[in-house]
Amino acid sequence: MFDTPVNLGLGLLTGLVFGFLLQKGGLTRYRVILAQFLWIDHTMIRTMLTAIVVGSVGVYALHGGWGVSLHVKDTALLANLLGGLVFGVGMVVLGYCPGTGVGALGDGSRHAMFGLLGMLVGAAFYAEVHPLVSRYLLPVGNLGKVTLPALTNLSPWVFIAMLAALWAVAFRLLQEDGRPESSSRRTSGAGDAEL
Amino acid sequence: MQHALSRERWSPYVVGAGIGVLSWVTFGLMGKALGVSTTFVGAVGIVESIMDRAHVASNAYLAKYVIESPPVDWQMLLVVGLFAGAWLSSKLGGSYHVERVPQLWAWRFGANRWARYAGAFVGGVLVLFGSRLAGGCTSGHGISGGLQFAAGSWVFLPAFFAAGVATAFALFGREGRRHV
Repeated sequence: MFDTPVNLGLGLLTGLVFGFLLQKGGLTRYRVILAQFLWIDHTMIRTMLTAIVVGSVGVYALHGGWGVSLHVKDTALLANLLGGLVFGVGMVVLGYCPGTGVGALGDGSRHAMFGLLGMLVGAAFYAEVHPLVSRYLLPVGNLGKVTLPALTNLSPWVFIAMLAALWAVAFRLLQEDGRPESSSRRTSGAGDAEL
Repeated sequence: MQHALSRERWSPYVVGAGIGVLSWVTFGLMGKALGVSTTFVGAVGIVESIMDRAHVASNAYLAKYVIESPPVDWQMLLVVGLFAGAWLSSKLGGSYHVERVPQLWAWRFGANRWARYAGAFVGGVLVLFGSRLAGGCTSGHGISGGLQFAAGSWVFLPAFFAAGVATAFALFGREGRRHV
């Protein structure tokens, strides 16, 4: 039932920092997530791209220099694609992903609670259909635990450089918050009035 | 430092860099990658195993996360910490506030809170089903998979983003941009 106390403690500490950062970034707010998908406030893309660029430099340096292990998930192209599409639809209907939904509950979004309940049901439902998924979907385009550098036989640093270039372009193009009012606006829905 | 912690918002570049550095620490010192969605399998698996242990044992997917490995693990505590960290940050920054029906939703679907709760529930079902089908969520695939250049993660990323933009415009349209 329980992992070692050290692992549990380290997980808790990691989560505290992660949740703190997501909340400070505004990503635990429905309107920030939706404004990204409506393409007027690029907070989410800017945060994610920065995290990926910074993370990749350090993780590949640790991997190359100190032999730190990577943790690559299985690639199953059809399931990755279909899962991504379903996830994207759900993320807009809910307004959160799993991590930001948990954080949203922490900073006062009560409706996120129903999203988290839905997530539990979604997990249970997936477990029931997993035998079918693993028979029909997972074998399609199954490449195993593979990375783009391994697939292309290129150095990971080529990909890191490309990603950094993409990040620099995004930095230029996505700088502006296109909304008329500033991001600190606090009004949040007629539902609040009926406390 | 105190000043920074009590600010309501940080720049996305600071937050993104922080998450990137957090990944260095989890990979380098803990041998782990950031992820969230597997925890929901473990959590619902615990509930199901209280109700019907035999069912969990007979389902290979649930058994993998509930019986073959401890469900209360590093990642589940990460999720607990995430809740607490967001709460702490919102309290220090003075940005904690109760939200039941977001403004954009109320503009489009009305201010009835139960309609919103139903919508959030359905969205949650899709989010977790999709992330388990894909093998990860915005953390596991998006950040951890993305920074390792895992092939499947770079299929997931554009797919979820494109579906999200399409859904946002289908539900709220261009007019929705003025109400978010």
